[in-house]
Amino acid sequence: MARIELSGVSHRYGNDEWAIRDVNVVWEDGVASALLGPSGSGKTTVLDIISGLLRPTEGRVLVDGRDVTGLNARERNVAQVFQFPVMYETLNVFDNLAFPLRNQRMPEAEVRQRVEATAELMGLTDLLRRNAHRLGAAEQQRVSLARGIVRKDISAVLLDEPLTVIDPQAKWHLRRQLKALHERTGITMIYVTHDQHEALTFADQVTVMNLGAVVQTGTPTELHERPRRPFIGYFIGSPGMNLLEAEVGEDGVRVGPLTVAYEPGVAKRLAGEEALQLGIRPEYVEASSRPLEGGTEAMVEDVDTTGHSLIVHARMGEAPLKVTMDEAATVASGDSLWIRFPAEHVNLYAAGERIEVNA
Amino acid sequence: MKRVDQRAWLFLIPALVVLSLNAFIPLMTVVNYSVQDILPGLGAVWVGFDNFENVLRDPSFRGALTRQLGFSALILLIQVPLGILVALGMPKKGWPATAALVTIGLPLLIPWNVVGIIWRVFTRSDIGIVPFLFDRFGYVYNIANSPADAYWTVVMMDVWHWTPLIALLAYSGLNAIPDAFYQAARIDGATRWRTFWVVTLPRLRNVLTIGILLRFMDSFRIYIEISLLTGGGPGRTTAFVSDLLVNRAVGGFEFGYAAALSLIYFFIIIVISYLFFLVLTNVGTSSQMQGGDA
Repeated sequence: MARIELSGVSHRYGNDEWAIRDVNVVWEDGVASALLGPSGSGKTTVLDIISGLLRPTEGRVLVDGRDVTGLNARERNVAQVFQFPVMYETLNVFDNLAFPLRNQRMPEAEVRQRVEATAELMGLTDLLRRNAHRLGAAEQQRVSLARGIVRKDISAVLLDEPLTVIDPQAKWHLRRQLKALHERTGITMIYVTHDQHEALTFADQVTVMNLGAVVQTGTPTELHERPRRPFIGYFIGSPGMNLLEAEVGEDGVRVGPLTVAYEPGVAKRLAGEEALQLGIRPEYVEASSRPLEGGTEAMVEDVDTTGHSLIVHARMGEAPLKVTMDEAATVASGDSLWIRFPAEHVNLYAAGERIEVNA
Repeated sequence: MKRVDQRAWLFLIPALVVLSLNAFIPLMTVVNYSVQDILPGLGAVWVGFDNFENVLRDPSFRGALTRQLGFSALILLIQVPLGILVALGMPKKGWPATAALVTIGLPLLIPWNVVGIIWRVFTRSDIGIVPFLFDRFGYVYNIANSPADAYWTVVMMDVWHWTPLIALLAYSGLNAIPDAFYQAARIDGATRWRTFWVVTLPRLRNVLTIGILLRFMDSFRIYIEISLLTGGGPGRTTAFVSDLLVNRAVGGFEFGYAAALSLIYFFIIIVISYLFFLVLTNVGTSSQMQGGDA
C-alpha cells in the first residue's frame, strides 16, 4: 500500500504527438480513485507509467516519496488488470495465481498458503482446480485481479476498464466485489474508465483527463457541482450541463432575458472577463408552468422520459436549454415554461476556466 | 397431409457432380484395382485382399514406410522450432516487416520440380556450390555415393523449401497475441523464457496445428523434388513410400499392388493427421493438467 505521485509526467510514443502532457496527480495511500476521460485522452498511458510498463519521456513517478521512474514493471510491485482478461491458458486457476509468486521463487508452502488466502478473499476457492481458459469472462477477470493482489506488499491495484467485456449483470456484481475488496484491504486502487457512472460509483476521488492532460481532480460531488471546465460539466452528468453565452450586467450575470443576481462586488470582478459562459445542470434549473419571480419564459420543444424523470428540451430565446423535471409534471412540446437559475448552482466560466464567485 | 417438397435434392446435384469427379470416382477406381490382379492385355482377376496382404508383408514397403516416418518426424522436429524462431526474429512493422515477409516467403513460391532442379545444380560434383564449399573445409561431398550426404541434402532441401510456411504461420499467430498478455507477464515478473512457454506457445497452438498437419501430410507425400535430386538413392536411402508406389505402378505394372499400397498410404496419412489433430487441440487441457479432482 502506498501513496503514488506523478510529477510533471509527459509521454510520447516514438516521435508522435504527446500522448500525455505535464500530468501532476497524487493518489493518497488507500484511496479508491477513478481516472475518467474519453477514449484517447491518455488514461491508459498514465496507468502504464504507474505500473512501469512505460517509461515516461519526462517527469517522475514517486511511490511513498521514493523515485521509481527507472524501475521496470517487475520491480514495482503494482498489480494491473487489463480490459480483456489475461489468463495463462495452459495453467489452472491455482497455477495462474501462483505464477507471480513462483516467479519470485517463493517457497511452495508459502505459495499455497497465499494463493488459498487470496482465493478465499476473491471467492475463487471453488474454481482453483478449474482450467483457466474455460472460465467465463467475469470469472477470468476475477482471477486476473486475484493474480494481481496475491503478491506481498502490493503498492496499488490498477484497473484498466476492467468491466468492458463483462455482461451487465456480472458487471454490477464485480464492481461491488471490487469496492468490498477495497474496504477490506484498504489497498490503493486506480480505476480507469470512460464511463462516468462507473467512475462516480466506484471512487472517492476522480481524476478527469482530456486530450492528454488532467483537467480536474476531486470528489464525485466536486466534479458534479463545480466542474472546472465546461468539458467536465458536459462529460459528467446525464444529460450534461447546460452551457449558455452570458454577459455581465449591473446586478448580476445576464443570459438573454434572464438575470442571475449576484452581490455588487461580483459584477465588478467579472467586468474584465471575456467569453463569459454560464453553466447550470438540468436538474438545478427551476421550472414551473406558473410565472416565477425573476424568471423568464422558455418554449418547450421536446420531452423525453427516463422512467423516473422528464428531460425537457426547451429554448430560451435562441439558446437551447435542457431541464430535468419530476415525472409527475405535465409538460408537452409547444408549452411555455417559466425558468429560473438559482445562483448557488450556477458555474461561471471565462475563456473556458471556472471563476469562483460563490465563496 | 403435408407434402414434403423434394426439390431441395436438385440443389445438391452440382456438388455431387464435382465431388464424384474429383474424389469419389477416382477413389473407387483405385479400390476397384486394389482387389484385382491386373494382367495388362489379358484382363483382371478378382483376388480379394491378397494385394493388401502382399503390401503389408513386403519388406520393401516396410523399409520405405520406416524411412518415411523417420524423415517426416525429422523435418517436423527441425522446421517447427526453426520456423517459430524465425518468426520471433522478424520485424513487427513498417517496410522491414514487408521486406522480411516477402524474402522469407520466396521459397514457397517455387514449384516442386524447380526446387529439385535447383538443388540438383547446387549439389553437382563438377559445378555445384555445395561440394565446392564442403571441399573448402576438407570434406569430400558426394550426393551420388554417400548415403549420409544424400539424406541430409534431402532434409536440407525440405527445410529450405518449407520452413517459411511454419515461419509465416507463426508470424501471423504472434501478431495476433494482444500486448496485454506480455504486459501481464512482465508485471507478474516472468522471465522471457517463462513468458514464451506460458503466453506465446499456447497462443500459437492453432496456427501451429495447421502448420504441423500441412507439413506432415506434405512431407509424407514428398516425391518430385527427391526423384529429381537423388532418384531415391544412393541405394534406397532417400526412397520413400511414394517412390515405391511409382516404381511398382509405372515401372512394374503391378496395378493391383500399387492400388492397395495407395489405399494403405492414404489411410496412414489420415490416421496420423487425426492423431496429431487430437493431441494438438487438447494439449494443456487434459485432466492431468487440471491437477486431479477437486
